[in-house]
Amino acid sequence: MDLGLNEQQELLKNAARDFLENECPETLVREMEEDEKGYSSQLWQKMAEQGWQGLLVPEEHGGAGFDFLDLCVLLEEFGRALVPGPFMSTVLGGAVPLIVAGSDDQKKEFLPKIASGDLIFTLALTEPSARFDEQGVQAKAAVRGKDVTFNGTKLFVPDANVADYLIVAGRTSKGVTLGIVATDQPGVQVTQLQTIARDKQCEVKLNDAKGQLLGADGKGWDLLKPVIQRYTVAECAYLVGLSQMDFEISVDYAKERVQFGRPIGSFQAIQHKCADMVTDVDGSRFIMYKAAWSIATDQPADETQMAVNMAKAWTSEATRRVVAHGQQIHGGIGFTKDYKIQLYFRRQKRAELAFGDADYHRELVATQLGI
Amino acid sequence: MDWSDTPEQAAFRGEVREFIRNRLPGPYRGTLEEAANDAEELTAGWQADRKSDDGERRDMAIRWASALAEKGWIAPHWPKEYGGAGLSVVEQFIYNQEMSSAGAPAVGGMGVSLLGPTLIVHGTDEQKAEHLPKILSGEVAWAQGYSEPGAGSDLASLQTRAVRDGDDYVINGQKIWTSGAQYADWLFALVRTEPEAPKHRGISFVMMDIKTPGITVRPLTDMGWNQPFNETFFEDVRVPVRNRIGEENRGWYVGMTLLDFERSGISGAVQYARDLGRFVEFVHSDKGKRFARQDMAITRLEVADRRIETEVLFNFAFRIVSMQNRGMVPNYEASVNKLFGSELHQKLARTGMKGFGLYGNLWERKGEHVPMAAHFTRDYVSSVPHTIFSGTSEIQRNVIATRGLGLPRG
Repeated sequence: MDLGLNEQQELLKNAARDFLENECPETLVREMEEDEKGYSSQLWQKMAEQGWQGLLVPEEHGGAGFDFLDLCVLLEEFGRALVPGPFMSTVLGGAVPLIVAGSDDQKKEFLPKIASGDLIFTLALTEPSARFDEQGVQAKAAVRGKDVTFNGTKLFVPDANVADYLIVAGRTSKGVTLGIVATDQPGVQVTQLQTIARDKQCEVKLNDAKGQLLGADGKGWDLLKPVIQRYTVAECAYLVGLSQMDFEISVDYAKERVQFGRPIGSFQAIQHKCADMVTDVDGSRFIMYKAAWSIATDQPADETQMAVNMAKAWTSEATRRVVAHGQQIHGGIGFTKDYKIQLYFRRQKRAELAFGDADYHRELVATQLGI
Repeated sequence: MDWSDTPEQAAFRGEVREFIRNRLPGPYRGTLEEAANDAEELTAGWQADRKSDDGERRDMAIRWASALAEKGWIAPHWPKEYGGAGLSVVEQFIYNQEMSSAGAPAVGGMGVSLLGPTLIVHGTDEQKAEHLPKILSGEVAWAQGYSEPGAGSDLASLQTRAVRDGDDYVINGQKIWTSGAQYADWLFALVRTEPEAPKHRGISFVMMDIKTPGITVRPLTDMGWNQPFNETFFEDVRVPVRNRIGEENRGWYVGMTLLDFERSGISGAVQYARDLGRFVEFVHSDKGKRFARQDMAITRLEVADRRIETEVLFNFAFRIVSMQNRGMVPNYEASVNKLFGSELHQKLARTGMKGFGLYGNLWERKGEHVPMAAHFTRDYVSSVPHTIFSGTSEIQRNVIATRGLGLPRG
């Protein structure tokens, strides 16, 4: 029974914070909003040198072999620094499905290159129905031996504009089926969408797009469950770091900003907002780590599923309350483009929506409670 | 990070569970409906039971206290040399978690929780020898006299006056919200000994026999028809100076002292989780389904929210004990627990009531029309004080903002 970080996690956290303060300043975050690719390949390589893309990858495949809880410690720092680019897409949407479902050959082929920063992956799951459940997967898949061909439209696919490979979910007569699809083929057409967070979500049209079968025909949804669980909790970890930083910036501002001859942070109206913010951030942190711990230590399946749904339901709304308070505390300066707080406000919403907002997860919690 | 027990912790948890299974008197672990047979006694707890007119109830309270005493578990957080169990904070946490899960009443009240630890830190050898054993044996029950009509959130402005006269203090004034004073044998109080000093530095901490001439205890009836607390009046009450704990005029700081015992507030989370479980079970039961409102869709999602919030509260409690176990002293974190837990308690009562529609009206505990022994309706009323006592939600937010976040005081 202990809610603190272990030594290795402390080291990882501190190293990540130092690194990202130097290598991912606010100027880079802003630059990437306007950038076509949306990430810096220099930073990407330096992150690979830190071992981060391969953090979860087993050592035999060129990774660091850390566990999922450790990754969440790192992602908290990513949220804090608003790191732009395809890191989560590659790690959660690429490395994780390959670790879960890949054959030995597939692991050997792709995991070392993910760890070395040579390949970018993303998960092509959602479609115009914008659903996260099994019924949401309607793109057609046709399996022939070890090959699979996809037809259909995938929507809200993060970082598909720069991805080398997609993990695609489609449907055969046997059910949901996964494939590893290279993007450099005529059957894959990628169009960027303009989004609230200015991240690079895309429409991906698949016209006889060819790839390798990942896992067995019709077994895709079972294989995706642990992937979706991890991706969902990863978004929570990102939100925790993001909201922690928004909160810290806001408290600092409340200490400095003077009106009526005193810092606005001496007014109870502001103090009570700050008290609510820290309650929401701390609440989010522990409910997220509880879910991450359940996953990392392989707790009973129903408990883990419940922990994941509770984490995303809570974190989605609690962090939105935090960034809303952050804007209000800042007053006029907060809604200018030049001031940093709005960067957090817009990105919070992206992660809130990713893999289901509070309404979606609350419904699942209710069902599991049996009410 | 680890939410599970170590093997040692699991063994201790097993020991506590086994003890409860063997020794907790039956009626204390009854269902809501069974408990409803003793409706008016429900909120008064062990302190009231031990002075109950009902012989069976008195016997039950005494049996439970002596079972705990055998293990040193009346005061699990006191050091062994004073008759406590000397449990580590994590063991205390497990003990409290399991006792709450079983619905077992805490024994000893304010004497065990507050006065004993204060005496252990600040008391003289004579004071300890006189009072500690009687707290542990259950012979003497204590009440706390801190608040006054004019000193609520601003407690340090208290005005009850103690004037030195030879070897006595002569005390005049009034206390309010003295919980359980009608069942208590002794009272500890903060009194003003130096009116000219800055308000925190003119207060002393004194103990007095509640039967001392000049003390009048008058029960206050709360909005739920219960009498959990009192007004206590002091008219020329003579208290020996040797009954002061700590130095004269240092009473504020004596009163703020806490031993190193766990302050996670785990029992709230345990109780809310249990209430939610009972609600879900009830609305699907043969007996209960007729009470569930037809348009349950929104309540259903509220129940999910309350369960999620309970999980957040569990984690806040885990955080406190985990910090204490690492030798850290919780700062604003304890205020977060109090704030979040008490507000959740009220929300939970609203949600539970909402699930029963018009049946939420019913206050009576028994009868064919009463769902869940009117638990949520009663709780809706009885949880009102929870955001007020022990520091209002507003005070908690002030503490979090100033002491925790370093925002400037207004």
